[in-house]
Amino acid sequence: MIRVDQVSHQIGGAPILHDISLEIPKGGITALIGPNGAGKSTLLSLMARLQVLRQGEIHIDDMQIGKVSDRVLARHLAIMAQSTHVSARLRVEELVAFGRYPWHRGRPGPEDHALVEAAIARFGLGPMRARFLDEISGGQRQRAFVAMAFAQDTDYLLLDEPLNNLDIAGARSLMRLLRQMADEDGKTVVIVLHDINYAARFADRIVALHEGRVAAQGPAAEVVTDALLRDVFGTDAEVSVIDGQPVVLV
Amino acid sequence: MLGPLAVLSLFIGAVPVSLGGFLHDPEGQQLLLVSRIPRTLAAILAGAALAVSGQIMQILARNRFVEPMTAGAGQSAAMGILIAAMLFPATAIWAKMSIAALTTLAGSLGLLLILRPLPPTLPLLVPLVALIYGGLIDGLVTFIAFQADMLQYVGTWMTGELSGVLAGRYELLWLAGGAAAACWIIADRLTVMSLGEDAARGLGLNTKLVTGAGLVAVSITTAMVVVTLGAIPFVGLIVPNIVARRMGDNLRRAIPVTALSGAVLVLGTDILGRVLRAPYEIPVSTLVGLLGAAVFLYLLYREPARAA
Repeated sequence: MIRVDQVSHQIGGAPILHDISLEIPKGGITALIGPNGAGKSTLLSLMARLQVLRQGEIHIDDMQIGKVSDRVLARHLAIMAQSTHVSARLRVEELVAFGRYPWHRGRPGPEDHALVEAAIARFGLGPMRARFLDEISGGQRQRAFVAMAFAQDTDYLLLDEPLNNLDIAGARSLMRLLRQMADEDGKTVVIVLHDINYAARFADRIVALHEGRVAAQGPAAEVVTDALLRDVFGTDAEVSVIDGQPVVLV
Repeated sequence: MLGPLAVLSLFIGAVPVSLGGFLHDPEGQQLLLVSRIPRTLAAILAGAALAVSGQIMQILARNRFVEPMTAGAGQSAAMGILIAAMLFPATAIWAKMSIAALTTLAGSLGLLLILRPLPPTLPLLVPLVALIYGGLIDGLVTFIAFQADMLQYVGTWMTGELSGVLAGRYELLWLAGGAAAACWIIADRLTVMSLGEDAARGLGLNTKLVTGAGLVAVSITTAMVVVTLGAIPFVGLIVPNIVARRMGDNLRRAIPVTALSGAVLVLGTDILGRVLRAPYEIPVSTLVGLLGAAVFLYLLYREPARAA
């Protein structure tokens, strides 16, 4: 479980998050949504200890962010940052193999190799494993990064807008892979999403942020409503229910 | 390739010597031990260390076009030597070397701080800022040297060449070689760094420690080369770029190739410099600079097309 207690945050004097308290239960996919500047990515990066937490507390299971070392946390929590633009020229298989780094610290053993092979197979990266990251498509690259996070073998996986720059096929296939990781491997996935429809379709829970506060949380059917779009997103788009699922008609 | 070049290097110089001469003539033997072997070793060590330090700097600055010798580190080393010569003129070489290493470290750290806020979307901005930064320090060094009437003194450190290498006067380069070898030991950590700061921390890497270690290695290498030979630009730029193009940035595999290629480049141009106008010499930095500038322009113009 990820527990956020009374977290506030400012960046350069501008308040970004106001007194956020939140519990994200273990298992399943939780989507963070909200308009631009609502504080989604900031909240995620605080959970991932990528920004320094100044006010409030965040616990991942019994580990407190800020107290627990990066080394320990890296075995429990994997991060996929917003920009996966990597200037380094690495091969797909090399990237995935670095997911094992927190466990072997530079000396991979047979178990590490086996897990890397499993990740490559599972994410369908076999045909392109020896190619460089800058020689494959954006969708394939995102998949390689998720495979790396998978190889990291953590209970928690945090992703910041992984669907950016992906076409519909790439976006859906990535969300399906995350769904599979949550359902079959029992991983806890927390994901910042821009597109409400993807959140409604693939996430078990949605947390909507608005001006640094939690505006709503719960299953998609309860959170994604006309009122949310009006009050939080400031738009009069309508929500229609198709097959029991809310869909924003854009 | 390095082997034959090294052997060739032993036989080329102002005084022609044959294999028999090296073996039987005491004067020939002395030439070999005092001049030719040290010079060959110096070229190999400097080339390998400079190429590796360029590769490390490019990871730390997150940009392919940054190279310590032109981006402030080389100039800071010259500044250190100047400071040492002005404040403590009678001091021993190791003290000069330590001061140079420290100013180089400060100079490289300053560069990283300046580069940090630059947007990653404008990759060509970084080498420009780095060159200006290097130029500023260079200007400062020249100004101070001019005021102190030490321009000529400083000039010898600004142009790297190997004709002055003799036994007993190049051994600091082993330190540079050692620093490059140490980089190979932490190659995995450096490669993880190249994934970006957030991703690296996500994998549990102590990024500050690795950045610090990398900077120290780069500074030691640059300072030692400048102190012993003078500045040799572009080796740290073109070698890592060509190696990355061919085999990628997994440093565990790339660093040995980079080191070897750097050694070949510097030794090769040094031999060329000895031959072209024999019995006079062309400094290795002039030849490498000529070659490097051309390759640099080529890389600048073709890289954006591939990065898109």
